[in-house]
Amino acid sequence: MKRLLSGNEAIALGAWEAGVRFASAYPGTPSTEILENLSRYSHLTAEWASNEKVALDAAIGASLAGVRAMASMKHVGVNVAADSLMSVSYIGVNGGLVLVSADDPGTWSSQNEQDNRQYARFGKFPCLEPSDSQEAKDFVQEAFNLSERFNTIVMVRTTTRISHSKSAVEVEMPAPGRPDVPTLEPLPKFERRPERYVIIPAHARRLHPVVEERMHQLREYSETCPLNRIEWGNSQIGVITGGAAYQHAREVLAGFSLLKLGMSYPIPQKMIRDFCRQVQQVVVVEELDPFWEDQIRALGIPVTGKAFFPLTGEFTLERVRAAAHAAGLPVTPLPVAPLTEPVQAPPRIPALCPGCPHRAAFFSAKKQRLLVAGDIGCYTIGVLPPFDAIDTCISMGASIGVAHGVRQAGNQQKAIAVIGDSTFFHAGLSALANTVYNQVPVTTVILDNHTTGMTGGQGNPGSGVPAQNQRSGRQIDIESVVRSLGVEWIRCVDAFNVTAVDQAIREAVAHQDGPSVVIVEGDCVMNQGWQRSNLVRVDLEACNGCTLCFNVGCPAILKSDELDVKTQRPKAEIDALLCTGCTVCVQVCPRHAIYQPESGHE
Amino acid sequence: MNDTNFLFVGVGGQGILTASDIVAEVGLAAGLDAKKSEIHGFSQRGGVVESHVRWGQRVGAPVAELGTVDFLVSFELLESARFVEHLRPNAVVITNTQRIIPMSVSSGGYAYPADGDIEKALRSRTDQIYRIDALAVAQELGNPRLVNTVVLGALSWHVPVDAAVWLDVISRRVPPRHLNANRQAFDTGRSS
Ligand SMILES: Cc1ncc(C[n+]2csc(CCOP(=O)(O)OP(=O)(O)O)c2C)c(N)n1
Ligand code: SF4
Repeated sequence: MKRLLSGNEAIALGAWEAGVRFASAYPGTPSTEILENLSRYSHLTAEWASNEKVALDAAIGASLAGVRAMASMKHVGVNVAADSLMSVSYIGVNGGLVLVSADDPGTWSSQNEQDNRQYARFGKFPCLEPSDSQEAKDFVQEAFNLSERFNTIVMVRTTTRISHSKSAVEVEMPAPGRPDVPTLEPLPKFERRPERYVIIPAHARRLHPVVEERMHQLREYSETCPLNRIEWGNSQIGVITGGAAYQHAREVLAGFSLLKLGMSYPIPQKMIRDFCRQVQQVVVVEELDPFWEDQIRALGIPVTGKAFFPLTGEFTLERVRAAAHAAGLPVTPLPVAPLTEPVQAPPRIPALCPGCPHRAAFFSAKKQRLLVAGDIGCYTIGVLPPFDAIDTCISMGASIGVAHGVRQAGNQQKAIAVIGDSTFFHAGLSALANTVYNQVPVTTVILDNHTTGMTGGQGNPGSGVPAQNQRSGRQIDIESVVRSLGVEWIRCVDAFNVTAVDQAIREAVAHQDGPSVVIVEGDCVMNQGWQRSNLVRVDLEACNGCTLCFNVGCPAILKSDELDVKTQRPKAEIDALLCTGCTVCVQVCPRHAIYQPESGHE
Repeated sequence: MNDTNFLFVGVGGQGILTASDIVAEVGLAAGLDAKKSEIHGFSQRGGVVESHVRWGQRVGAPVAELGTVDFLVSFELLESARFVEHLRPNAVVITNTQRIIPMSVSSGGYAYPADGDIEKALRSRTDQIYRIDALAVAQELGNPRLVNTVVLGALSWHVPVDAAVWLDVISRRVPPRHLNANRQAFDTGRSS
């Protein structure tokens, strides 16, 4: 039976069918749904880890203990896990070990668009790259087989377009059910192999040649690997392609010969040579880096590639067609007539949700004109109007270290680091330990909304909500953690009390004897059990159109049609469908023109 | 049937992804290959949502090429105009007349385009423009969440696949107690 599955659903199904027993992940677009889907299957343990390195480490442990294991993450997550990744390449596996890297060409929701195929070459392990959901499912299964056969971690690289597109997948069995208690068979005793599993210099020195020999075998295997295939056509042009780019190349350069690399590293050198010999012109169509192009050139084969096909951004049919045309290939651009009457469509700028607990902190940061070292989460929206309040954002957890460095460089401005709960547990703990250790008066504002909001509300150590709801999780109290890390100045405030948030930040910044922490606590509107309060109203008599309430950046506050006679500015109006009754605007209005009716007055 | 490209657009939270899922499944149920792909950036919260569905004998890229969309289905009035460039000449446009005011208009300096300007923009590509107040229809049927099904009904009238196939796919996706209401919503949309 054929079913439409997203690439991520297909990866989860493939892993389950391959008998994966342990899966761990840290959320991140476009990878998140892989673990979300796996968590619904039986006979396996699926967990959110506190960060990607921990996820990979746990998967390594499970593999060495003898079961098939998988870690999934977004491309930049692999950077976090890279230390272990490089070592496990030497160490090898016991049960099959698969790393899914979900890359983001086009930077739809990421801090960069790095091409993680490079990790396979750098770390010397194979990389498989599906082009649709059927392949996503099949390749993951093949990845487990290769992992065990060649004693290596295997990377499956997807991209946003593969992970988030749905296409038909042949599904043999009905979707597996979800038992209350997942059953796992007990394993035999852990087999000691210190010469491999303990990566001390003496062992590493011996293992490196083993890795090179493995690469040699993998290169040989790639020549017959069924994931690489040739679709013969007109021999005027030979296209070498793979991943999402395959779909574009096949459509734009239809009818020409095509070599599809399903195993994107190592590449099949002999197969490529033979293919190139049989066509007149070789064109490499790959998204992002000239990963294959450089390697094929190094074989002494002249190719057309990045000179015409974009090096940055996601491929689209129109971009690939334009590039092929520019390269002089027999492709005609579609005649798209220019629009004669284009409309100025107003943008829909990202905004914090109505009722978001992050609002008051950014309102204060702006009011106090603080230098803000930001971090990654919904609160990064604080960089946009009306807040315009974030000065730096580097990577997950970087806020605290950056604020520390700014201070240590001699900058005396009032400054704060702002970080969310999930990000704090991801990479903030060691950074905070650093400011305490070095006794630098950095103020860290932890926005604790008890969830990983940006990626859709996954559990984290600050919420205690487990990925599989039949398991138990435990919430870690952030205040206790901060205290035991040695921070002496701590304030916990209600996120919806604007004055309290403002006051706490003001005092923390003024505190100069060592690090200080303000924990701003309030639920994300997506949290279970979250409830809206009575919606607020505007007293049009009292409102004079001062627009201060617009500074809280709430989508529920609108400009009404009524102008104030004196100021000639529009008075405020509340969107009754959007308002959650959080009252941040009520507290900000200097004329008390916004009010919240008591219950019963509705 | 020839290769067909659909583009569903609107604002986050309007049920666009469900609607496009259904149309992809209708394609599959009609014996074709089908792919669906959504495009949304950082702005999920109240941002623009764009979801492509392609039907064909063997669909390649999941996102249609600029200028090749056969059916633009807009869940919000202004969004239909934002995506005019994607249409092939004489494409069918089905647009819900609901307006969702962007923050850049409600609290910023932008203006919501006038009806006439939206109309002109669409007309520069096609005269096949069908408007439907799906929210009003859904509310009349007693549930604003039926907007989706009303719009799908309106779309189905233009697509040469039996209504029974559409209804079959829809009924697989809605809980039994909502089945009748959805059937009604679909029929009303289809005959509007
Ligand atoms: C290394 C890395 N991993 C994952 C992500 C994806 N990601 C972006 S923000 C975020 C977490 C946000 O959670 P939190 O800090 O609690 O803030 P919230 O969104 O809830 O406000 C994640 C997982 C990323 N950008 N980089
Ligand atoms: S999802 Fe939660 S944290 Fe993110 S903007 Fe909305 S309310 Fe705020």
